[in-house]
Amino acid sequence: MYLLTLASKSLANRKFTAILTIAAIALSVALLLAVERVRNDAKLSFTNTISGTDLIVGARSGSIQLLLYSVFRIGSPTNNISWESYEDIVSNPLVKWAIPISLGDSHRGFRVMGTNTDYFEHYRYAREKPLGFQSGQAFDDLYDAVIGAEVAQALGYQIGSKIVVAHGAGDVSFIDHGDKPFTVVGILERTATPVDRTVHVSLEAIEAIHIDWQSGAQIPGLKIDAETARKMNLSPKLITGFMLGLKSRISTFKLQREINEYKEEPLLAIIPGVALQELWNLMSVAERALLIISAFVIAIGLVGMLAMILSSLNERRREMAILRSAGARPSHIVGLLTSEAILLAVLGVVSGIVLFYLLLFISGPLIEDRYGLVFSVKMLSGYELTLLGIVILSAILMGLIPAYRAYRNSLNDGISIKL
Amino acid sequence: MSDPIININNLCFHWNLQQQPVLNIKQLLIEPGQRLFIEGPSGSGKTSLLNLIGAVTVPTSGSITILGQDISRLKSSARDSFRADHIGFIFQQFNLVPYLSMVENVTLPCHFSVSRKSKAGDLREQALRLLTHLGLDNPDLHKKPVTELSVGQQQRVAAARAVIGKPEIIIADEPTSALDTDTREAFIKLLFEECSESSSTLIFVSHERSLGRLFDRHIHLPDINQANATAQAGQ
Repeated sequence: MYLLTLASKSLANRKFTAILTIAAIALSVALLLAVERVRNDAKLSFTNTISGTDLIVGARSGSIQLLLYSVFRIGSPTNNISWESYEDIVSNPLVKWAIPISLGDSHRGFRVMGTNTDYFEHYRYAREKPLGFQSGQAFDDLYDAVIGAEVAQALGYQIGSKIVVAHGAGDVSFIDHGDKPFTVVGILERTATPVDRTVHVSLEAIEAIHIDWQSGAQIPGLKIDAETARKMNLSPKLITGFMLGLKSRISTFKLQREINEYKEEPLLAIIPGVALQELWNLMSVAERALLIISAFVIAIGLVGMLAMILSSLNERRREMAILRSAGARPSHIVGLLTSEAILLAVLGVVSGIVLFYLLLFISGPLIEDRYGLVFSVKMLSGYELTLLGIVILSAILMGLIPAYRAYRNSLNDGISIKL
Repeated sequence: MSDPIININNLCFHWNLQQQPVLNIKQLLIEPGQRLFIEGPSGSGKTSLLNLIGAVTVPTSGSITILGQDISRLKSSARDSFRADHIGFIFQQFNLVPYLSMVENVTLPCHFSVSRKSKAGDLREQALRLLTHLGLDNPDLHKKPVTELSVGQQQRVAAARAVIGKPEIIIADEPTSALDTDTREAFIKLLFEECSESSSTLIFVSHERSLGRLFDRHIHLPDINQANATAQAGQ
């Protein structure tokens, strides 16, 4: 115990280098924890986004791409599919429910999704949790919109707010559907999924706002106002894709094969869980690389500590000799230097944890806002604590190197003080 | 005559066996409570003798008995504990641990020796008492980093550290050579007082013959060390 006091006083005497060493360890520990948390929470966040959907169908492309744009609103669909195909497949007796989706527009950076009211009834997230309304209800009128909790919060919308949908999915759009404003009629409860950042309108509304458009641009000279559009045929012709719930899970593969071999149009059906797994496999390389990098950063922090203690040894030979002459045994010298390593490592790890939580508090909402990934401010997991334990253990092992050198020195020097 | 506290018999010491011995002492008895002055030119074996008396090294042949304990029979770790319990040291200069306060420097040996700790009682109180005794009672001084003390003050702190917990033997290795002539004698007198207070035997080594008159006993090391004599005789 006294050695620990001595070690802390000795370190306090070398405040500047000690703080730098602690900072290096703290930064590396914060990085390790952040990588670990991103890895786990991103997975959890993704996994929680969709639940209860057996198949997702879209135009033929990659399964990960289909998953990303249909569920996570990341990237853009390559192609649309026809309403006829949708109706054809949905009429299959294996199908219990279907949610058509139509993407491509946005509102101030938030994606607009055309769908029907089945969405509010059948869509499930996390563990089979249905969507709920914090206020208002599902859309009914053509120009009604239901917004996610994040949209409402970020833009300060309430029931009755008017919103204008922009063409294209970007943050900034120069062409909008200003002639056909929407009214917010419902705000969904927070789900911690991309649903929070989505503006939902009916498929007919999507048709209506594009009725005087063709190939992504307004047809010159043709201008159909909102009221006239109401009277026109607004039944959807094209959608981006749809989600299917089946009567029996067992038939998933059968229907998936049927859809993939669909003659009329090239379609792709994916099982969300399988596609997610593919996504993990794709990401595991990056994940592993990140972990390896953070392990190396930790090693660098610890090597810095080792260098700091080792380089102090020569100038401290006198100090060691004084301690020896005051009765300290060589084992005390080993204990003193090991205590220094332990103190540096523990202080480094503790400040690293503090830094990590600070980062989490500050950047957590930003990340959620931008990427929809939710990082929970929760206690360190057993695995994270194990990692930190390994860091401290390696620090102690590394601390034995200077301790051994000091031990050799003190045996050679004895108690005589060399100038 | 009481039993000697240190008893050296037919002692021979080599740094390594190929070389001539550095020390060759037929007999040296040191009485308890004695103030012994050992003087000699450099190279006369002073440091080696102190290492032996301080139980840092063991003789190549012959014996040295300290407090009835034959040092050559002790393992190095046992010698370490023995030294921690029974011997206080003062060196020439830079005796203090720079990151400890004055009081912490004084109490340092008590943390490595149970017997010195128990003899000292309340460590802080005892340290303050010793420092006051040595004229270091100014509270402003106690707050200063020890590296900012004058050499004379540092040596007095070192003296307090050597005597705390009443070790039987105090070894002072040229403790005054960094001091002014004026302060030297004053320092030695203070040291004497402290040694009588703790009834310690003082072994004081210096190359300054003139200080010898202050001591109970004065040894000119070349007189009792026959190592050089034998070396010369062999030539």
